[in-house]
Amino acid sequence: MSQAVSSGAPVVPSFALRAGRYIHRNVLYVYLLFAILYLMLPVAVMALFSFNDPPGKSNVAWHGFTLDAWLNPFGVPQLFDVVQTSVGVAFISTIVATALGTLIALALVRYRFRGSGLTNTLIFLPMATPEIVMGASLLTLFVALGKPPFFPTNFVTIVIAHIMFNISYVVVTVRARLYGFDRHLEEAAMDLGANEWMTFWKVTFPIILPGIMAAALLAFSLSIDDYVITSFTAGRTSTFPIFIWGSARVGVPVQVNVIGTAFFLIAVGFVAITTFLQGRANRPTQPPKMKEGATLPSPERTLAPATEA
Amino acid sequence: MNVRKRLIALTPYLLLAPGILWLLVFFVYPSIQMFISSFWSGTLESGFTASPDNWTTYTKALDRYSPQFLRSLVYGGAATIICFLIAYPLAYTIAFRGGRYKNLLLFLVIAPFFTSFLLRTQSWKIILGDDGILFGPLKDIGLLPPEFRVLATPAAVIAGIAYNFLPFMTLPIYVSLEKIDGRLVEAAKDLYAGPWRPGGTIAGGVLGALVGAGLAAALSYDLIIFAVLGTLVGIVVGTFFISQSFLRIVLPLSLPGVFAGSLLTFIPAMGDFVNAEILGNTQTRMIGNVIQSRFLENNDYPTAAALSFILMAAILAMVAIYARVLGTEELTSAR
Repeated sequence: MSQAVSSGAPVVPSFALRAGRYIHRNVLYVYLLFAILYLMLPVAVMALFSFNDPPGKSNVAWHGFTLDAWLNPFGVPQLFDVVQTSVGVAFISTIVATALGTLIALALVRYRFRGSGLTNTLIFLPMATPEIVMGASLLTLFVALGKPPFFPTNFVTIVIAHIMFNISYVVVTVRARLYGFDRHLEEAAMDLGANEWMTFWKVTFPIILPGIMAAALLAFSLSIDDYVITSFTAGRTSTFPIFIWGSARVGVPVQVNVIGTAFFLIAVGFVAITTFLQGRANRPTQPPKMKEGATLPSPERTLAPATEA
Repeated sequence: MNVRKRLIALTPYLLLAPGILWLLVFFVYPSIQMFISSFWSGTLESGFTASPDNWTTYTKALDRYSPQFLRSLVYGGAATIICFLIAYPLAYTIAFRGGRYKNLLLFLVIAPFFTSFLLRTQSWKIILGDDGILFGPLKDIGLLPPEFRVLATPAAVIAGIAYNFLPFMTLPIYVSLEKIDGRLVEAAKDLYAGPWRPGGTIAGGVLGALVGAGLAAALSYDLIIFAVLGTLVGIVVGTFFISQSFLRIVLPLSLPGVFAGSLLTFIPAMGDFVNAEILGNTQTRMIGNVIQSRFLENNDYPTAAALSFILMAAILAMVAIYARVLGTEELTSAR
């Protein structure tokens, strides 16, 4: 599996063994290539079909290349409004959930207290509950409350739901960053005369900021993409995913692919830029003590929702 | 001074309070409300009243929708197995062969998440279309009969679910593989751990046959062809890729990741209705489709709440059994 013969007299492996090793080494790389292609295929198809020129509404067969949809991305009634709603919901829920989740992560990592086990379970549960159950139970709550601003369901109830399901993901992402944190840096700041408040804003916060940013990016992308829970809490309000769902039966307009592709490119670009900046920021100035402990998690790893669960 | 100390002792609770309160009010309480709502009778206009006599909602719901429940279980289970078969070698390759491209490769695994779930599924509809970019050419050259189709069959739904939840399986397995100390494997080799033959060949063949037959049963395809195919693939993989060091060291140490990954895949897969709606037909409706339409189209809140509650209870029960069988308590702590 690893490098074959490590020491001792040179041993000539038999042909079968060499052939086996050759297959073993290269088949996995070929497999990797195919797996990545498989994962990327639907994204590529989505991007390709944003250049399609279908005669009717249905955008499932290739008809010809055009830039029309890209030049007029909101050329479909309602589309601008629903994207605006989605971005609005995502912004508000990301800010609130990131704030609430970061506080929980700080409490969980920094303090020993009664009920921390229970808190961990409560954080884990929303990630282990099917979305449909969360959406459905929220709807029963709103129906039972039966009056505004909860019922009929609307923009406010969407935001409430999105904050709810985002909190857990923020907690696990920020927590991952806090685990690799060197407490000595804070002690040094205190020794040099900073009070707790100053230490937090001048030392702690800048160090965990990349983790918070990664959490916010994750929350934003979860929120802007959520269909299942939103469908239960939206009432007559329409978001981008709800618009896609509604148009799926009659044919998804090409413009939807344009916006989907644009979202994808923006997110990938954002991750690439933050990774690059972080890599540059970490390399020269990193104190030797930091390297010894767990290396700072890169955004890809902290972003991954499942790694922590 | 004393007051100050008390304040410090309170700090964690003050930090927790807003977020936890939010989860209690909008996650925990709604679950209780859902249980109450399943005992409701009445309509949206006249208002609802809860009464224990309405337990018949449950028996009626189970009676009427048990095929959909069973389908969710079968589709979710099949998708989880497919995810595992795809994800394990993928995570293994990234963890042990990724080198300095590890982070890039991991990013590629989660990159599909940056496109809308619905659009990804819609793309599969295009790819798997009867005369689409995959099957169209194959039919033209005569490799497939013209009436061959995948779209609107269980295979399309299962494939869609497996695709959409693949990163949930890959990442936990990767995390547990990545933590393995390479020296353990070297030590095993020094102690004469070699290829596992003929054990690997036999085990691979048997497992391959079982998985092939199981998937064929779930998809209602030809059992024998699938079993034979599975056996062949299993024999090749078992003979050439399963070494003793893998069997004794890598696999056991990666089990927590497999456990976490299969739960993170199976749970959302069971509740999914998006794939069944976009890629399936009326014969592939899952319990999620029923819950959604009962809630949102029929305003039949009691039945829908009862169905959601049964789904949740079924999942919790299965998770508990699974945890007991695997003997892992890393459900919440698999970091």
